[in-house]
Amino acid sequence: MQEPRKPWWKRLRKGVDTSTEEKLETPDGIWHKCNGCKKALLVTQLRDNLHTCPHCNYHEKIDAEDYFDILFDDKKCEEHFTELRSKDILHFVDTKSYEKRINDAIENTDLKEAMRVMVGAIGGNTTVVAAMDFRFIGGSLGSVMGEKISRAIDLAIERKAPFLIISKSGGARMQESAFSLMQMAKTSAKLHQLAEAKVPYISLLTNPTTGGVSASFAMLGDLNIAEPGALIGFAGPRVIEETTKRKLPEGFQTAEFQLENGFLDFIVDRKELKEKLTKVLNLLKK
Amino acid sequence: MIFLEFEKPIEDLYAQIEELRQMEQKTGMTMADKIERLEHKIKDTREELYSKLTTWQRIQVSRHPERPYTQFYSNYLCNDFVELYGDRTFRDDKAIIGGFGDLNGQTVMFIGHQKGHNTKMRQYRNFGMPYPEGYRKALRLMKLAEKFNKPIVTLIDTPGAYPGEDAEQRGQGEAIARNLIEMVSLKVPVLCIVIGEGASGGALGIGIGDKLLMLENTWFSVISPESCASILWRSWDFKEKAAVALQPTPQELLKYGIIDEIVKEPIGGAHLQPEEMAKTLKKTIIKHLAELTKIDPQTRIENRIKKYSAIGQFETVNV
Repeated sequence: MQEPRKPWWKRLRKGVDTSTEEKLETPDGIWHKCNGCKKALLVTQLRDNLHTCPHCNYHEKIDAEDYFDILFDDKKCEEHFTELRSKDILHFVDTKSYEKRINDAIENTDLKEAMRVMVGAIGGNTTVVAAMDFRFIGGSLGSVMGEKISRAIDLAIERKAPFLIISKSGGARMQESAFSLMQMAKTSAKLHQLAEAKVPYISLLTNPTTGGVSASFAMLGDLNIAEPGALIGFAGPRVIEETTKRKLPEGFQTAEFQLENGFLDFIVDRKELKEKLTKVLNLLKK
Repeated sequence: MIFLEFEKPIEDLYAQIEELRQMEQKTGMTMADKIERLEHKIKDTREELYSKLTTWQRIQVSRHPERPYTQFYSNYLCNDFVELYGDRTFRDDKAIIGGFGDLNGQTVMFIGHQKGHNTKMRQYRNFGMPYPEGYRKALRLMKLAEKFNKPIVTLIDTPGAYPGEDAEQRGQGEAIARNLIEMVSLKVPVLCIVIGEGASGGALGIGIGDKLLMLENTWFSVISPESCASILWRSWDFKEKAAVALQPTPQELLKYGIIDEIVKEPIGGAHLQPEEMAKTLKKTIIKHLAELTKIDPQTRIENRIKKYSAIGQFETVNV
C-alpha cells in the first residue's frame, strides 16, 4: 500500500478567496468557444463566418440586426413600427414584475422589443422582414410582436412585397397570458389576408423555435425553411422528457428531424441564406 | 359524490344527514325535520361558497372528475347525434371527438375535446390531450360542415396538446397552426365554448371562431398554472400564485374583452346538475347561431379577422 503523500505546503486559509472581479480570465471578445464542438475560435474568425463554426458548422444565435446585415443589399434597410412598446396590463408578478422585466430588457439590450421589422431589398427584391431577437425576454411572443407582424403584413400587402419572418423564440410570453395566446390567432388571421392577396410568405426557423410560435405563424409559411441544427418543436425537450419519462433520442426536434418528417421545405446554411432566398424570390416573381 | 377540498363544509353536512338516516333506521324515530334543515343548510353553504370562488377553486371545479364532457353535451343537446371518426391520414384520435347532430331542427357539427370519467377511460382519452391527428380530424370535420353549410360548435376542455415524442414527430405545432389559419376563413358560423380547461395552443387549435364563450367555472390561458409555476418559479408549489397571476377566469377575460359571454352554471358547478347545464347551454347555442346565421359569410369572415386583429395591449410612444 502506498503511503499518503505528504503535502509540500500547508493550506492556511480554507476555500477560494479570489473575488470574481479579481479572477484572471481570458478577456472577452478575443476567443469564443463553439457551443457545438467546443473548439476555441477567434471571434473575428467567427464573425467573418457569419457566426457559424468553421469546424462543425454550428450556427450560433445571432441578433435581428445581424440578419438584416446578412440579407439586405448594401446593408440598406428602413425600420418600421419602432413606436410600439409592451405594457404590463395584467400587473403580472412572478419572481420579478413584468414591468421590470420589460425595462431591464430595454436597458440590457439596444432593443425595444423582441421583434424588429425592416423593409429592404434582398438581391433586388423589396422584402418586408420581421426578425426576432432572442435577447429580449427570449424572443417571446406578446402583444407588441403580434401587432408588429400584423402591421408588417399590411405593409407587405400594400407594397406587394414578399414577407419573411425570422423566428427565434421560446414561445408565447406568459406574462401576457390570454393576450399572448391570442397573438397566435391574430397573426394567423393576418396571414390569411396575406395569402388572399397572393403575397409570398417565407418562414425562416432558427435556433430555437418552439411553443406558440411554432404552433402558429412559424409553421404557416408558403415555404418553411430552417438553419441547420436549429431546435424546432411545439413542446420543449425538457417537458417531453418529463411527460414520457424517457430520454429523447439524439437529433430529436432538430431542423434535420423536421425536414425528414416533412415539415420544412429545405435547410439553408446561414452563409448561403441570401443567395438561396434571392433565388426563391426571383422564381416566385417570374 | 366527489367533494373538492374547499367543499369540506358541504361534505360534513352530508355526513351528518347520513348519520341521521342511519339513526332513523335503527331507532324508527323520524328525523325528517332535522334532515330538511340540514339540506337547507347545504344549499345555503353551497351558494355562499360558489358566490365567491377564488381563482384556484374555480380551476378545481373546471377539473372536477364528474364534470360533463363533450360526449355528454352533444348527445344531450342533439337528436340523432352521429359521431364521425378519423383524420383520413393516420388514425382516429380519442381526445377530440366530433359529429353531426340535430339541434332544434338545425344540423350542427359538434367538435370537442373529450376526457374520461374513470381511470381506464381517462387513459383511453389520453386525459383530453390530443395528438396532431386530433386537430387534423377536427379540421376534416369542419371542412365537411363547411361543404354542406352547417354551423360548427366547438367545445374546449383540455389541459393542453399532448407533449410527446410521436406527437412532435407528426407535427403538433403544424397541426395546431394549420387549424388556426383554416378556421379564420370557414364560411359557416363557428361558435367556440370553453366547457372546462382551456390550456394554450391545445385549446386554441379548435378555438377560432365568431364568438368565444366560457362556462362560469372554467379557465383559459396561454399555459396551465402548474407549467407556468414550474417555468417562472421553478416549482409546482407556486401553482396557485401562478393561477392568480395569469387571470384565466371567464370573469377576468370578459373584462379584458377576450371572450364574448359567460354561460351561467348551476350552483355547485356543472357536474352537480349536468342536465340543467345542458339546457342552459342549448339555449345559449341556439341564440348565438341564430344571430350568426343572419350575417352573410363574407362579412362574418371579415368580422372574425377584425376581431382577432384588435386583440393586444401595448403602448405607442413618440420616436
